[in-house]
Amino acid sequence: MGKTLLEKVWEEHTVRTLPDGRTQLLIGTHLIHEVTSPQAFGMVRDLGLKVLYPNRTFATVDHIVPTDQRAEPFSDPLADAMVKELRKNCAETGVTFFDLPTGNQGIVHIVGPEQGITQPGTTIACGDSHTSTHGAFGAIAFGIGTSQVRDVLATQTMAIGKPKVRRINVDGKLAPGVYAKDVILHIIRHLGVNGGIGYAYEYGGSTFDAFTQEERMTVCNMAIEGGARVGYVNPDETTFEYLRGRPYSPKGAEWDAAVARWKAVASDKDAVYDDVVNFKAEEILPTVTWGITPGQAIFIDEAIPNPDDLPEKDRATAHEAIEHMKLPAGTPAVGIKIDVAFLGSCTNGRLSDLQEVAKHLRGRKVSPTVKAIVVPGSQGVASIAEKMGIAEIFREAGFEWRGAGCSMCLGMNPDKLVGDQLCASSSNRNFKGRQGSPTGRTMLMSPLMVAAAALTGEVSDARKVFGIS
Amino acid sequence: MSLEKITQVTGRGVFVPGDDIDTDRIIPARFMKCVTFDGLGEFAFADAKIAEKAAGRLHPLDDSRFNGATILISGSNFGCGSSREHAPQALYRYGFRAIIAESFAEIFFGNSTTLGIPCVKMSKEDIADLAALIEKTPSIQVTLDLTESKVTTDDVDFAAEFTLPGHAREPLMNGRWDSIADLVDGLQDVRARVAAIPYLSAK
Repeated sequence: MGKTLLEKVWEEHTVRTLPDGRTQLLIGTHLIHEVTSPQAFGMVRDLGLKVLYPNRTFATVDHIVPTDQRAEPFSDPLADAMVKELRKNCAETGVTFFDLPTGNQGIVHIVGPEQGITQPGTTIACGDSHTSTHGAFGAIAFGIGTSQVRDVLATQTMAIGKPKVRRINVDGKLAPGVYAKDVILHIIRHLGVNGGIGYAYEYGGSTFDAFTQEERMTVCNMAIEGGARVGYVNPDETTFEYLRGRPYSPKGAEWDAAVARWKAVASDKDAVYDDVVNFKAEEILPTVTWGITPGQAIFIDEAIPNPDDLPEKDRATAHEAIEHMKLPAGTPAVGIKIDVAFLGSCTNGRLSDLQEVAKHLRGRKVSPTVKAIVVPGSQGVASIAEKMGIAEIFREAGFEWRGAGCSMCLGMNPDKLVGDQLCASSSNRNFKGRQGSPTGRTMLMSPLMVAAAALTGEVSDARKVFGIS
Repeated sequence: MSLEKITQVTGRGVFVPGDDIDTDRIIPARFMKCVTFDGLGEFAFADAKIAEKAAGRLHPLDDSRFNGATILISGSNFGCGSSREHAPQALYRYGFRAIIAESFAEIFFGNSTTLGIPCVKMSKEDIADLAALIEKTPSIQVTLDLTESKVTTDDVDFAAEFTLPGHAREPLMNGRWDSIADLVDGLQDVRARVAAIPYLSAK
């Protein structure tokens, strides 16, 4: 009987079985950032332990960094203190830090892949739930809490139970104007925000085979929004080509050996899954969320549902969503007025996201009623986009072109919604208050749909706005 | 490391209704600008409290009838979203020592167990009954018994079963809920495993 990638990686990284039945799992690569690591370094010190393998932890700063005024000290003394704390912790322990002056800073889930640190067949942990992003390379990647960051710093392992595996097939060709973001919003809409609890999601099928590496990252990024702590795609030539020549990728003879290992780690053809779910790419249309969970999603040609028409288990949250969003049941998605457009985040802040929008944006202008910002996912993305003229296209259209970070995805830096502003956002969460204002409202969508809303001032079908057919 | 053996939690309860209560709701991101967890307790559900006030209602944590509650009761998929340990840290520092819900998000569940907070699953009907009892008599004492997997109350006749997976239940009851000691015990095996894995041994 064949094995899944998860089973193979799990076996190779199992140190031992703990007394409580969980696995002491070796974490090959540990990524840290300023928000969830300071307490962990403190706990390691308090316990009289040390960072066991400093060469297997990599740090960057993303959540709290300002995206406009980036000179230190930052205007927010708390944010400033957090960056300095991480700098100190890395210097003292020998952890590599992709710090602001390096030109390699960015959102941790964008920096790992672009540096070639994220590799197939590895285990990865980071104190951030969107660590599932790295699964796009065929890594098993977990979001963890701060006590587990401590565990990984001190022992390079953590205690965790082996998840079941649900294979999610998407087959067929996506229509023009339909993107990876629509695919994952569609999956969560159908499997629920808690449908993945206890599972790792293995994504596959011809749609995934055809996806670029960055599209796969968008889907894996939001596995956690469907309740699955881990999401992954089996590595293939697309993965290997993406990794070739990156700073931390294997070189020379080591490269060939690594590729051979990476090919072998993919799920076997006769692997057995705990569950299998199938979707057809042709049935997926541009999708937007209307509520306060990523599962509350509709196609662009649909209207906000009446909670009483939904399954009983979804009604309470739907009523709460309608109250928070101030959008009554029956409101069509098209035409909902927006105040802010946010393009960025670990879901959709990569070069290909910006390229796709820029391709359609030339010669157009952001609506005067909309504040539109683009936040590249990393300094690397920003630098290439500037050289390619993409930044200039955004600026000319009326977008603010910012420095790299998490920004308005979670509003921990100065980029926040104000009052009950409604934001068309390419990020991953539409929770109440997520974007920095307790009454702020978020509608999740693909980058091109964000751009369409920015131009028209209301939620719009990007295919019509940009003449895509 | 010797930790408390958690076999029973007794205290007053408070019901925070709703499904999919995410960790941003439990502790909004702006309160995570800190390098310690101290002081997070007062910010638990900060924005939810403000929103309820603005709507002319009272959040259960602002309702003086439930002051001093140590057992939090809620709906399904509690603690979804961000992996921030700040969420269970805030609840612990507020005073909560156990959580009863229809279901829990996975990362939140693990983070809570590591802090010694049992997160037990109970049926929607039993939760509704318990919430009604607390609403009627906020002073009733609620007891979670990990040995019996039962929730009971004093004074009135209420008993309901809960579920808690063995990998959480046993460490809580044995005082081994923080896994660091067990992980450190395995360090020799860790080094051996590192040496056997090509991408790790090459460095």
